Amino acid sequence: MARGMVIIGAGECGGRAALALRDLGYDGPVTLVGDEPHLPYERPPLSKEAMASDAPEIKAIASHAVLAERSIRHIHSVQAAAIDRAAHTVRLSNGSVLPYDKLLLATGSTPRKLPMPGPGARCVYLRTFTDALAIRGHLGTGSRIAVIGGGFIGLELAAAARKLGAAVTVIEAQPRILMRGVPAEIAAIIHQAHVAEGVEILCGDGIASIADDGKEARVTLVGGREVPADLAIIGIGAVPVTGLAAEAGLTIDNGIAVDAELRSSDPDIFAAGDCCSFPLAVYGGRRVRLEAWRNAQEQGALAAKNMLGAGEAHAAVPWFWSDQYGLTLQIAGLSDEGSSTVRRDLGDGALILFHLDEDGRLVAASGIGPDNAVARDIRLAEMLIGKRARPAPEALGSQAVKLKSLLAA
Amino acid sequence: MNDWVEACAADDIDEEDVMRFDHDGRTFAIYRSAADEYFATDGLCTHEKVHLADGLVMDDIIECPKHNGRFNYKTGAARGAPVCVNLKTYRVKVDAGKVLVQVG
Repeated sequence: MARGMVIIGAGECGGRAALALRDLGYDGPVTLVGDEPHLPYERPPLSKEAMASDAPEIKAIASHAVLAERSIRHIHSVQAAAIDRAAHTVRLSNGSVLPYDKLLLATGSTPRKLPMPGPGARCVYLRTFTDALAIRGHLGTGSRIAVIGGGFIGLELAAAARKLGAAVTVIEAQPRILMRGVPAEIAAIIHQAHVAEGVEILCGDGIASIADDGKEARVTLVGGREVPADLAIIGIGAVPVTGLAAEAGLTIDNGIAVDAELRSSDPDIFAAGDCCSFPLAVYGGRRVRLEAWRNAQEQGALAAKNMLGAGEAHAAVPWFWSDQYGLTLQIAGLSDEGSSTVRRDLGDGALILFHLDEDGRLVAASGIGPDNAVARDIRLAEMLIGKRARPAPEALGSQAVKLKSLLAA
Repeated sequence: MNDWVEACAADDIDEEDVMRFDHDGRTFAIYRSAADEYFATDGLCTHEKVHLADGLVMDDIIECPKHNGRFNYKTGAARGAPVCVNLKTYRVKVDAGKVLVQVG
């Protein structure tokens, strides 16, 4: 009898993997273990729609009914305590022991912590729906919000807080916002949008201390400035959750190291999503770790296939997006692979920067514009990147040339 | 049920492309296939109510511009995560260079 498939982590990646196992016809036991009390849910809305709503709700990946109908056993509010690789079992924090044929670690990532005490009542991080509810409760007209970290999550929260009438200060230690992964030209457009909406952005100054007395957070910058806030939200990146894997002796390399098929150093244990590093085929096997919703989804589905023996290599191109005010940013590929850029204007303030490497190969595309103005062309760029195409720079730069026509070439 | 409504001129839409059509408080997406046939579906993705007409048409698939949910626009069938609810489709005919949609 099958011992079954066990998935640790019931987020986007784990949830999708469980559903994919059933989609692929697997009829043995499927167990999904999560440490949150909720159904598996989508995290991107936590810094966007959930903040805009007076009564945020979970956007579930699968309802109770779907989990039941598909015979997916969801064990919630429990952590995986240890893996016994020889016995092929996982012990949970509630003492129960789950046998597995194949194990998927979809443990995700956790907010990077500032090297100081906290979180506290007025100094918080955002990862879970519970965190989002706590933050939402502090946003409103006249509330003072300090956002520490000018990355996607910090800026999305800044935009949401501003829309609700809060006074917002964003503090970024780097010389500009979105230093990691977003070209300066596009970061400047987002910076301007925030300033136009009345957000104060302080770049190039680090945090000296945060004093949280339960009623107020007093943020002191290295340069001496003090920013008093009703709530300080810290969004300075994320670190992979690897403790369980490390204790089991699996290879860790900026995340749980997996091969192109998402298999860890133990052939019966897979890892996928934010918690793993993997060789990215489109860049010649460069080892990367992605913190991205679509990657979590795609790798969850791919891990499910390979747990069933498909032997399929990861081939996707990284893709990210962010929504702030009426602007949507979309990025396909990793722009640091590029050595030159070509700009394409799409009208209405929408633009795409194509990133080419020294051989003229398209390696990434970064777009920004109102609503979904850049979506179609970024999707086409993603396909061109996947094909390792070398489109003529003049064609990329000319609005008169349809990107779709380059795909056929 | 003879509620045919003129949506656009047939050549307003490129081959293998899509256009948004709003009518009477509702929004539709009108498609022209690579084989020069016309189709219509509800205009909003069933995942997060995004206008599909901003998305990419490839073969029989419309892909949502926001989160890449995919549908077969000829049948409305959802084709994978994150979408799981099918799109409603509508009958379409071309008459004298005009695309008509049965919106009822």
